[in-house]
Amino acid sequence: MVSTNYPETEFGDLHRRLWGLRVGLLLVVGLLGLRLWHLQILEGPYYRDLSENNRTRQVLLEPARGLIYDRNGILLANNVPSFSLYVTLEDVKDREVLIRQLTELLGLDPTVVRKKLETKGSKLLPRKIKDRMTLRDATLVESRRLDMPGVMIQVESQRNYPGGLIAAHILGYVGEISADQLEKPEFGDLHQGSIVGQYGIEKSYDRHMRGIAGQKNVEVDAVGHVKKAAVVEKPEAGNDLYLTIDARLQKLAEDLLSEEQGAIVALDPNNGDILAMASRPAFDPNILSRELTAKQWVEIVQDEGRPLNNRASQGQYPPGSTFKIPMAVAALETKTMSPSSTVHCTGGYQFGKRLYRDWKVGGHGYVDLHEALVHSCDVYFYSVGQRMGIDVIAEFGKDFGLGRATGVELPSERFGIMPSTAWKQKVKRESWLPGETISAAIGQGFVTVTPLQMASMMGTVANDGVNYRPRLVHAVMDRATGNLQELPAVPRGKINAKPETFRIIKNALADVVTKGTATRAKSSMVTIGGKTGTAQVAALRPGPEENIPKKFRDHAWFVAFAPVQSPKIAVVVLAEHMGHGGAAAAPLAKEVIETYMKLIPQAPVVISELSGRNRS
Amino acid sequence: MIDRLTEHRGLDGFDMRYGSLILAILGIGVLSIYSVTQGQHNGLTPYYLKQLMWIGLGAAAFIVMWASDYHHLARFAYPAYVFILLMLLFVLFEGRTSKGAQRWLALGPFSFQPSEFAKLILILVLAHYYSKAPRAGWLQRVIVPGLLVLPGLLLILKQPDLGSGLSFVAIYAAMLLMVGVRSQAIGFILLFGIMLFPFAWEGVWGSLHDYQRQRIMAFVDPGYDPGGKGYHALQSRIAIGSGQLLGKGLHGGTQSQLKFLPEGHTDFVFAVFAEEWGFLGVLILLGLFVGLIWLSLEIASKAKDQLGALLAVGIVAMLCFCVVVNIGMTAGMFPIVGIPLPLVSYGGSATIMTMASLGLLLNVKRKRLSLFY
Repeated sequence: MVSTNYPETEFGDLHRRLWGLRVGLLLVVGLLGLRLWHLQILEGPYYRDLSENNRTRQVLLEPARGLIYDRNGILLANNVPSFSLYVTLEDVKDREVLIRQLTELLGLDPTVVRKKLETKGSKLLPRKIKDRMTLRDATLVESRRLDMPGVMIQVESQRNYPGGLIAAHILGYVGEISADQLEKPEFGDLHQGSIVGQYGIEKSYDRHMRGIAGQKNVEVDAVGHVKKAAVVEKPEAGNDLYLTIDARLQKLAEDLLSEEQGAIVALDPNNGDILAMASRPAFDPNILSRELTAKQWVEIVQDEGRPLNNRASQGQYPPGSTFKIPMAVAALETKTMSPSSTVHCTGGYQFGKRLYRDWKVGGHGYVDLHEALVHSCDVYFYSVGQRMGIDVIAEFGKDFGLGRATGVELPSERFGIMPSTAWKQKVKRESWLPGETISAAIGQGFVTVTPLQMASMMGTVANDGVNYRPRLVHAVMDRATGNLQELPAVPRGKINAKPETFRIIKNALADVVTKGTATRAKSSMVTIGGKTGTAQVAALRPGPEENIPKKFRDHAWFVAFAPVQSPKIAVVVLAEHMGHGGAAAAPLAKEVIETYMKLIPQAPVVISELSGRNRS
Repeated sequence: MIDRLTEHRGLDGFDMRYGSLILAILGIGVLSIYSVTQGQHNGLTPYYLKQLMWIGLGAAAFIVMWASDYHHLARFAYPAYVFILLMLLFVLFEGRTSKGAQRWLALGPFSFQPSEFAKLILILVLAHYYSKAPRAGWLQRVIVPGLLVLPGLLLILKQPDLGSGLSFVAIYAAMLLMVGVRSQAIGFILLFGIMLFPFAWEGVWGSLHDYQRQRIMAFVDPGYDPGGKGYHALQSRIAIGSGQLLGKGLHGGTQSQLKFLPEGHTDFVFAVFAEEWGFLGVLILLGLFVGLIWLSLEIASKAKDQLGALLAVGIVAMLCFCVVVNIGMTAGMFPIVGIPLPLVSYGGSATIMTMASLGLLLNVKRKRLSLFY
């Protein structure tokens, strides 16, 4: 065996060295085995978890948003399936060809499509090119999908407001959650792309209506293609809301305002239920609930009519002569005036160097409280106000809810201003001037209110001082349990005034309609009490109204309640730049009241019978 | 050469243990390739069928090498080395680029990797050199063979193919250890240094900053891990680890089936196998490799002459190196360099070359038993 060419020692040496190699081999393989034992046995469970996470994606299943009905079960907001076109750039072969195909197939604007495709973002994430496609377009795309790699039609739930503009400011609209909102704790369980209420009841009742997202586990490959899917948790639909508004009355109120800017609020003084709350101009929540282009958004925000502004709860106007109602209560309760004591009105009130004019040239002569209200005598209230002082006036105004939140369930309610000496010191850092009391006494000067506050005030007077928080939601239908939970009316305390005071004032207000400044609100059907008001926009010398540009014309107010004996409705009409309340606002209030009185006898719809229908 | 087969009692020298070990490892390879590439066709032929075809060609190479005479083959070592160096040079200019490296030469419908065959030819060259040259002094023992290795090594690193380059160094070191250096200590340190490199690597590598690692890796092997975030290494570790004791079963490997693990049928085939067959499967595969290498070392120690012994040692060293580095790399102990797992990874050149080497090894054994020399 041994080669003769080589000395034996050399071969023996090789053998020894080969043994070393064997030992080394076992050592190294042993180390490999140890490492694999460590990976697979010791850390095996950890890596098993990692591999599960690798392949499974948790996909959220969006819950169906709660529906919104009016007090009689008329559907105001629901969800409809909507088809959206998505494009995943990673899978697109030729962008220009795709743009041409989409333009030809759907008539889309090629520049818009190109812009959407060119926006920055992951190539792997589908981007929305078009939403709210018709079923026809969606099927058209679906049938050509193989020719258009990367194109995908997704069915999504789209918020829908069947009434269009009806009750837009009350309902509000929904939209994708913003980055700021995502950071807030109340949106903690939501995620990028979640739809939340952004305005109106949609916003303030979002928690009730949004529901709970479900979860689907999908197995994906390394490129993200779905291989298998399994639903782990079903989504829980949000709760339905029943509003206090009557859609018919709401529509009427909106139609009455028509093209004019303004607001109408009607509420039930006996429980604070808002029966109608119209604000014009309005917006279409269907459009705002979609993805808006920046241009569309700018158009809405910069609209001079400010359609997004809910004039009923966010518009702040000087109350004008409607402020004489709380003034009258204050005058009687502070015994500044007795019902029969009079003030002599000569058409003006001299205070210091300045003459405060009455609206009626020549004056009203000797007037008592009744007369002063019926004919809206300014001088009477100048005098009363001057005697009481601003702080007493403010106290009564506050009692009637002026200058503070009504607590209605709408976001960003404005409070108006109920001025006082302390207020002026705090806000203006100036002391109160006695002349300012005189302006405030007839609801001018610093005093501002919202129509909703005035409606609440009117309701309180009509209800003899018992006040309820104005509300929009009277029942919540819990989808999980199927229980309809009626929400109780929320009392807000009682004005501390004698019943006699309210009787006197309500009598006067009734006469305002029958023979005073608001005869145009006189109804053959029901007794109506009310008070006109004119809110000055700009200080102008008296003259023919036609000569004044519209935007400087006064706002017309009318606050009313009916029937006078047992009030069932309080109404406020504010018509911007429409001049005198008796002419412009009073007839609208009358129509609202008459319509409502006609609606009452009709058998109210029982909600529980409705709750099963109209689900989507 | 073939006539010697019939001349000397037919299949004598063929060891059934040897054959069955090789077949078992090949089988594991085909099974894993089948599992991971299911539904994924390169052209029309599934990968596992193509691999079977490579194995068929490899078997032919095995038989040719087994039946020939290694002494004759050794005589062609230098011309063959010159030829393969030319091929490597050619690859640099005309080769097909894949994953940032030029390694392949098109040959009709196939492409092959000259660097794989260069390994076997290097073994022949070094064995031939040491068996003939007077071996006195440093110059002849270390420097001259080192100069022989250098041109091939540089050409391979230029591709760049770090894996094959390291194999070159390992083969040289192993041969050096067996005959080149007087001191066993130095030789063992050198060889185990290379073999233990994977284990030491983690410590060294781990202490580097990310950008340093990226620079190093971009320098030595730009094709791998383009994201620079250790994605491949991590996915491979997840695949192996998640196999746990018993594995996820055939087609059950979610890492590889869902393509999280790249190169599942080539360099990372071990991870696929480990994911689907677990630690038990891994032990069996390691056992098979140890058995094969053990038998090969036996052939080396019983070789009739120096040339045979050196050939055997070179082949064993190459085999060991590839197995250890490949498994070490998939198990995350080593940076990822492109070294396939012998007999298991998909690939024509590597499969044919490895089987040819094993045939040559058996040839060494056969010659030991032959009566006439």
